[in-house]
Amino acid sequence: MGAEKTEIRPSSASPPTSKIDSLRSKVELLKLPLALSSKTLTERKTQLGGARRGTGGGGAHKPRPPAPDMDNESQYSGYSYKSSHSRSSRKHRDRRDRHRSKSRDSSSRGDKSVTIQAPGEPLLDTESTRGDDRDDNWGETTTVVTGTSEHSVSNEDLTRASKELEDSSPLECRRFAGPVLSGVLGLFALLTPLAFLLLPQLLWRDGLEPCGTPCEGLYVSLAFKLLVLLISSWALFLRPPRATLPRFFVFRCLLMALVFLFVASYWLFYGVRVLEPRERDYRGIVGYAVSLVDALLFIQYLALVLLEVRQLQPAFCLKVVRTTDGASRFYNVGHLSIQRAAVWVLDQYYSDFPVYNPALLNLPKSILSKKMSGFKVYSLGEENSTNNSTGQSRAMIAAAARRRDNSHNEYYYEEAEMERRIRKRKARLVVAVEEAFTHIKRLQDDETAASSPKHPREVMDPREAAQAIFAPMARAMQKYLRTTRQQPYHSMESIISHLQFCITHNMTPKAFLERYLTPGPTMQYQRENSRGRQWTLVSEEPVTSALRQGLVFSLRRLDFALVVTVTPLPFLHLGEEFIDPKSHKFVMRLQSETSV
Amino acid sequence: MSQTFHIPGQPITAYVQRIEIKKLREGSNLILGFSIGGGIDQDPGQNPFSEDKTDKGIYVTRVTPGGPAEDAGLIMGDKIMQVNGWDMTMVTHDQARKKLTKKSEDVVRLLVTRKSLEDAVRKSM
Repeated sequence: MGAEKTEIRPSSASPPTSKIDSLRSKVELLKLPLALSSKTLTERKTQLGGARRGTGGGGAHKPRPPAPDMDNESQYSGYSYKSSHSRSSRKHRDRRDRHRSKSRDSSSRGDKSVTIQAPGEPLLDTESTRGDDRDDNWGETTTVVTGTSEHSVSNEDLTRASKELEDSSPLECRRFAGPVLSGVLGLFALLTPLAFLLLPQLLWRDGLEPCGTPCEGLYVSLAFKLLVLLISSWALFLRPPRATLPRFFVFRCLLMALVFLFVASYWLFYGVRVLEPRERDYRGIVGYAVSLVDALLFIQYLALVLLEVRQLQPAFCLKVVRTTDGASRFYNVGHLSIQRAAVWVLDQYYSDFPVYNPALLNLPKSILSKKMSGFKVYSLGEENSTNNSTGQSRAMIAAAARRRDNSHNEYYYEEAEMERRIRKRKARLVVAVEEAFTHIKRLQDDETAASSPKHPREVMDPREAAQAIFAPMARAMQKYLRTTRQQPYHSMESIISHLQFCITHNMTPKAFLERYLTPGPTMQYQRENSRGRQWTLVSEEPVTSALRQGLVFSLRRLDFALVVTVTPLPFLHLGEEFIDPKSHKFVMRLQSETSV
Repeated sequence: MSQTFHIPGQPITAYVQRIEIKKLREGSNLILGFSIGGGIDQDPGQNPFSEDKTDKGIYVTRVTPGGPAEDAGLIMGDKIMQVNGWDMTMVTHDQARKKLTKKSEDVVRLLVTRKSLEDAVRKSM
């Protein structure tokens, strides 16, 4: 690890600043943030302890002490987060952090523990995903007593654990049942003609009529047809299955039944008419085998048309809307059943839709909370209170509607403020990254490392180079990710490996940043070894029925759903108009006459 | 000096007649009682009144009988050179219309020219 530490770590004799800093240091000690700093407990204690005691202070804008945390970036190489702390203790810390943040901000931010992709180690402590983020550091100074301790398991943990278990369930055997069955059937069908040929030879070779050239011709054609069948089966059918469907895939079942029927009837005929009476006409038997291969080729043609070709011509337009944030897309599909269309839509979903970020969903609580508060309804001595409650609520709603409501104003200014903040952070991030990238350059082949003995330059591999230049941009990156609520998706490890990737491929800072400036499609945040995603297809019609106009079905996941509406593509009346190229002529405009 | 074969950029010399028309109020409009044609955005070859078929000036195409223009002495085929001091030899059709129909003015003073004017002057010399 060759990067130098350039900043001087402020010693513990730094002057006490305010209560915020002192409390913050205590809280930092307690919560052991999961990312940037890799210091051990004792180191941290010696650094922060002792100097800062104080009282008072309000929520001033105080930047978090940058230097101590950032210093350690340069020493991070080789340190694996998982190695220092045991997995269970990290999980406890995760749980405790999440509890604390959840109880502090009681608005439902969506269940953070349930995301489509389980995040890696988050870049920051998870408390930073709360809604009111006016002062970055304000909330960290308050300590909260939660109902659970480090060692208890709350309900949320149970649900979270069960969801994690769901996502990482062991490989289901059901996934492979269908393909295995059809594979066996296909193999059996392929070997049947060979069996037809070989059985007479093995059983009653002497009794067969000799069959010269015509048989050999048939052998050749049989061999080539089998070869074609084999290759096309491999190309079309031997692919790993992409999805398990809730009901049988009708066409595939049809084809398998057809193949089975064919082969069974051929065997039946063969058994009764050839094996029993020990048929002597070998040429006829060979011709029979060839006809079976022809039939199999035609079945394969049928399979190609039914499974692959029929849905290519677009016939319907599907509108897919995500229920949580309204992201929508339109897709054109052909004639499919509902379940196949659902699989197709999900394929497109993973690469088209921006990733679902539960932290971005809610209006700030300050705006919404003022709606129905402040009204008390007194009943003036009426004894019949049968419909009193509805009358009360109706009165409250009417009163609230009549009251002058300025929440739209607040929403507008809040949005503008948020946007301004994001832009400011983004500017800082871009500048920091640009500067960071100027610190390294690629070593050309003709330059030797010992070019100038006065300034020996250490040669680094991409990983070390990435770690070296990560330090100056880390803070700006952290702040930007926190402002855009993206920090669950990007751990420090992932940022460094992305940086390493960009350096290796000679990318510019802008190319490095594109991953963080726009929320990418869900595929970008997938784990590599996922066991599969669990989606539920909710539909009023049986899912094997074909798409038609006005059909609505939804694909539900644990915390959001995609609602799909089907409309047919309009029929096009295409007319023709021929224009002679010589007919393009122009004149000046006619004299116009105006009366005054 | 006639305006036939005018070279663009050179000053035009012409014998003009001053005509003063008082606008007549009809409802909410002030009307003058004639129609104009021509302009630099129009096709000069279709002008029946001009001698030079490249002349893009403003011409009087019709005079309503009994209107204020006829009373003032405007004749069909006249070329309008100026309206209240505004030049009419190099304007678009719409600009000419606007200069004639200003609501704030009750009177328009035109400088018009016609072929017969020139002949008359020459004869009298």
